[in-house]
Amino acid sequence: MSSQPAHGEHILAPGQTYASVTDKISSIVQNRRAGRLWWLSFAFTSMWVAILIAAVSYVIYRGVGIWGVNIPVAWGFAIANFVWWIGIGHAGTFISAFLLLMRQEWRTSINRFAEAMTLFAVMCAGLFPLLHLGRQWYFYWLLPYPNTMWLWPQFRSPLVWDVFAVSTYFTISLLFWYAGLIPDLATLRDRAHTRAGQIVYGILAMGWRGSVRHWQRYKSAYLLLAGLATPLVISVHSVVSLDFAVAQLPGWHSTIFPPYFVAGAIFSGFAMVLTLAIPMRWAFGLEGLITTRHLDNCAKLTLVTGLVVAYGYMTEHFMGWYSGDVYETFVAHNRMFGPYAWSWWLIMACNVVTPQLLWFKRVRTSAVTLFVLSLIIQLGMWTERFMIVVTSLHRDFVPSQWDMYYPTIWDYATLFGTIGFFFWCFLLFIRFLPAISIAEVRELVHEKKHEGQ
Amino acid sequence: MADAQDIYGLIAEFETVDTIMSAARRTHAEGYARVDAYTPFPVDGLPEAIGLKRTAVPLIVLIGGLIGGCGGFFMLWYANVISYPWIIAGRPHNSWPAWIPITFELTVLFAGIFAFVGMLGLNGLPRPNHPVFNAPTFHLASRDRFFLCIQKDDERFDLEGTRRFLESLGPVRVMEVPK
Repeated sequence: MSSQPAHGEHILAPGQTYASVTDKISSIVQNRRAGRLWWLSFAFTSMWVAILIAAVSYVIYRGVGIWGVNIPVAWGFAIANFVWWIGIGHAGTFISAFLLLMRQEWRTSINRFAEAMTLFAVMCAGLFPLLHLGRQWYFYWLLPYPNTMWLWPQFRSPLVWDVFAVSTYFTISLLFWYAGLIPDLATLRDRAHTRAGQIVYGILAMGWRGSVRHWQRYKSAYLLLAGLATPLVISVHSVVSLDFAVAQLPGWHSTIFPPYFVAGAIFSGFAMVLTLAIPMRWAFGLEGLITTRHLDNCAKLTLVTGLVVAYGYMTEHFMGWYSGDVYETFVAHNRMFGPYAWSWWLIMACNVVTPQLLWFKRVRTSAVTLFVLSLIIQLGMWTERFMIVVTSLHRDFVPSQWDMYYPTIWDYATLFGTIGFFFWCFLLFIRFLPAISIAEVRELVHEKKHEGQ
Repeated sequence: MADAQDIYGLIAEFETVDTIMSAARRTHAEGYARVDAYTPFPVDGLPEAIGLKRTAVPLIVLIGGLIGGCGGFFMLWYANVISYPWIIAGRPHNSWPAWIPITFELTVLFAGIFAFVGMLGLNGLPRPNHPVFNAPTFHLASRDRFFLCIQKDDERFDLEGTRRFLESLGPVRVMEVPK
């Protein structure tokens, strides 16, 4: 995979035409039979989806007591998983919206599946706070609606801000993704050779015919959605971080949290982009569209955001010491040498030390190495969320309240269940929808031709 | 050959961006107004070349954002000052800095929905069928060909004259579009 000098510096392999990119991408959906690898992966992830359904049903039936949460650690896995998942989604929006505004044309062949990744990650994320409510069937109490109790949600609470942030984020990501899909759905409709394909893609394409009037409004709407999504992605993880930072708890009550959370989110998200892109381009032979240059660029952004995260760690520990506050100092010490010290050392190894390998071009252009690195980073980022949630809660101000948190089998079942669900959605996505934006790649072919490449 | 009454218009198929661009310019210069072009990706400058004005999408998005932002802030103010004034943590009833995150989210939410729905609405979508789909090779408009259609209801439309004009623009072929 890594030995492809021909594609090395290009964002599009030479010799591509409008027809060749259209045929290549749509044939993945329309002509190729699902291979054994796809079916095996699908069966395996379906099993995890079944486990997730069981775990979710049981927690609704019995209550959150089946999890390891209790006082003082009332948040546990559920909130750590929520923060982790929603962070993963952020790289998708970053690639599709921010890089569009910055005219980074290399985003073109990775934005579609990165947006799909965002959607599935936000679905997984949204599940956790809902389940953690306890009485899940009252979830609508979080929304302002006219009610017989004459009450409103507590609008001064970051937890209520979170409801608005996450639901807006999901809606805008869905609209942005679907808007991008419409021209490609029209391509699939026009090429479909089965009646079912014509009908389904026909309905989804909504009659798109590529009229110049359509394109003019489409481009305007798409650009505006990108402009709206860019500050949105910053706001979502900032609001998530305020869930922690607004509390008075040592280790949480810190002004570095919003930027540090946003950087961590994009960091883990780019790792997930690599985790998905590397096997996908190998399985479908897409090395001409997702080139080594893409991997290299993603790796560079991983490195940059990783360094911002490392700076966040430094600031946290510096403030712990410089504040002179006995509780802050204790939290820093407890994280490094307390009962959860393994998590602190694991984070430093995964999120600070390992990403330094990305300084080397040989690492950034080797698909296999990047794939392994991306998994290590995700482990590190999950552990970071776990450490932030658990260590601040388990030993706060009064030692008589101290206690340990031990996750149960249901905690693990829900976490791994959502991971299975995420990949399950992704497998369906690459099977039935074009994983690379066909219309945008055609546009890229046109631009490259005019540059005389 | 179909009767002139039964057609939607004449459509010419082009192979490259350059030919469709010059064809669009010449069609516009010739005075044809009921014209549309169909392309597999947005071609820069083509809307201007066939004489389109700016789109109303940005205005719709602005209105959506204003509704979301003002409506959101009003809801928060109304809930905490009029409907259910309650002192929480010693803050004033109208503690507006705490309203900013939700106001922002609702601004983005409404602007985004207006962008999506406004774009579709102005485009007249969803509309599953359209006469132009009847052109024999039109399925290539979503692959690698560019089309220029002059509609029959154009004042200057004349089956033979318009056909000769389209053929002079260097197309691959010129077709009648049945209704």
